Amino acid sequence: MNKVFHVMYDDDDTLKDAASALVAKGIRVKDVFSPFPVHGIDPIIGVKRTRLGIAAFMYATTGTTLALLGMWYFMISDWPMNIGGKPSFSLIENLPAFIPVTFEFSVLCGAHGMAITYLLRNGTLPGMPASNPDPRTTDDKFVMEITTEQNTLSADELEAAIKETPLFELSTKDYK
Amino acid sequence: MQREAAIREPLILGDKSYKDITDDVVGPIQGDAPIGWKIMITISSIIAVYGVGCILYLLGTGIGVWGLNKTVGWAWDITNFVWWVGIGHAGTLISAVLLLFRQKWRMAINRSAEAMTIFAVIMAAIFPGIHMGRIWVSYWVLPLPNQFGSLWVNFNSPLLWDVFAISTYFSVSLVFWYIGLIPDFATIRDRMTKPFAKKVYGFLSFGWSGRAKHWNRFEEVSLVLAGIATPLVFSVHSIVSMDFATSVIPGWHTTIFPPYFVSGAVFSGFAMVQTLLLIMRKGMKLENYIHVKHVEYMNIVIIVTGSIVGVAYLTELFISWYSGVEYESYAFINRFSGPYSWAYWIMMTCNVISPQLFWFKKIRRSLVATFALSIVVNIGMWFERYVIIVTSIHRDYDPSSWGEFHPTNIDIGVFIGTLGIFFTLFLGFARFFPVLALNELKTILKSSGENYKKAQENN
Repeated sequence: MNKVFHVMYDDDDTLKDAASALVAKGIRVKDVFSPFPVHGIDPIIGVKRTRLGIAAFMYATTGTTLALLGMWYFMISDWPMNIGGKPSFSLIENLPAFIPVTFEFSVLCGAHGMAITYLLRNGTLPGMPASNPDPRTTDDKFVMEITTEQNTLSADELEAAIKETPLFELSTKDYK
Repeated sequence: MQREAAIREPLILGDKSYKDITDDVVGPIQGDAPIGWKIMITISSIIAVYGVGCILYLLGTGIGVWGLNKTVGWAWDITNFVWWVGIGHAGTLISAVLLLFRQKWRMAINRSAEAMTIFAVIMAAIFPGIHMGRIWVSYWVLPLPNQFGSLWVNFNSPLLWDVFAISTYFSVSLVFWYIGLIPDFATIRDRMTKPFAKKVYGFLSFGWSGRAKHWNRFEEVSLVLAGIATPLVFSVHSIVSMDFATSVIPGWHTTIFPPYFVSGAVFSGFAMVQTLLLIMRKGMKLENYIHVKHVEYMNIVIIVTGSIVGVAYLTELFISWYSGVEYESYAFINRFSGPYSWAYWIMMTCNVISPQLFWFKKIRRSLVATFALSIVVNIGMWFERYVIIVTSIHRDYDPSSWGEFHPTNIDIGVFIGTLGIFFTLFLGFARFFPVLALNELKTILKSSGENYKKAQENN
């Protein structure tokens, strides 16, 4: 039988200190639930920096390529139009006029691609159920989740270590 | 913990805790609607319905119901379009540019400023839409394969750039706004007791739980979106200005249009933010979060952008003379002394002279004066677009075609109607949405809350 501890703190700085103290003892903190981004908690509990920025860059360059390709096809290859004698027979010559749409389309693809990836990776999608252990974690409380599964210490040892931190509330649940 | 200099005015007043911030914002959503809100939304929705009626009449009859004529073929429609897009600029400027500059005072105002942006851009989009006359073929602006053979839209035209710019701007602002809203909807979801409301907010919050990894991604997404929305703010109004600047009409064919339009847009946008927020902070009792210092910061932005606009007006006048082009100088002499000189002088007074009053600290920090001046600026910026558009084309190259523009009731009805729709949407937002960015405000409470700052000083 595995046990999960939900340790609640009533302050972000207390939470950070407690997490540092527990990690120093070799305990793995599974997750932290907080009402706002607690700066500095990520390195303590081992959350790596997201790679979403790289994804956004890739989406944006895809947008750039698609926009240029599209405009080359519409305006140069398929049906070159003579509009006031403006150059219409090569992409390079006509490029200045294509820059605004290229920029806009890159931003469009970068922003939407990133937002969709963000929602999918988070699993936050319309109609998904909430998984925070306590409704107060979206208000003013901070919860640390620790499981016996991820730790070598026994449930009792873990509980003892947790109780040394200035916690606000502790709830324990069994799960298989 | 991050510390802030004691000399800086705190951004959150009063003895607030994290819980108080939640209660102050979620409380009004849980409670019954105040009577003032009910009166305001009734009035604005009646106006909105009238506006929709005018639009339907216009679509059914044709754009001949507007006062346009052979010479003045573009008037209130495009004036209103540019005015609304300009207003839309403040929201993204506040949430994106000020985020990049780490301006923490934006946190109290970014949510509602962005809502304003989105609603204003929707209002703007109505005008080119209905100006097409046959709105049911509006998909022709997109590069779609069609039955006319290999005919594509013209990518050399700024009007087409505008299609891409406005739609990108609208959808990116919407996404940026909604991503910030998700955690706050989760806060409301967890406070709601009525099952139906809980379900609705649960759906809107996408199952947000506030995990550390999710916050990590959230901050990255906010930063990157801010990074790419910043050039977007500048590009959109630059492209709007090119609708005019790339044509060969005296008065429009000017290279300073892009920066001049962008600063004008920010100027009018901040004025509208002031108008809306000064009412909202009172009505929703948010005086501790949006206070005199926030108003002062916004007024400083208004002085800066207002002065840039003023310099642009004078530069235009100078260049029209210095260029030696007869048509160009006539266009400007006609502006300030011709039949539309009244509009020109309204514009000059409202946009150049009145914001200079904010150099006085007393006026800059006075809420009443700010409210009055913000309305003056809104009016002035509408006249700016009117002056640029109508006075430049009402004198054709051929004097036999000289004409004037007289708005019809439908012109007026459509414009007033968009104001009604805008205020209805904004009032709906104020009633049901978290009007302050809760998750962001909580991060600055300890560094910039009045009680925390006092405690720091005493240590």
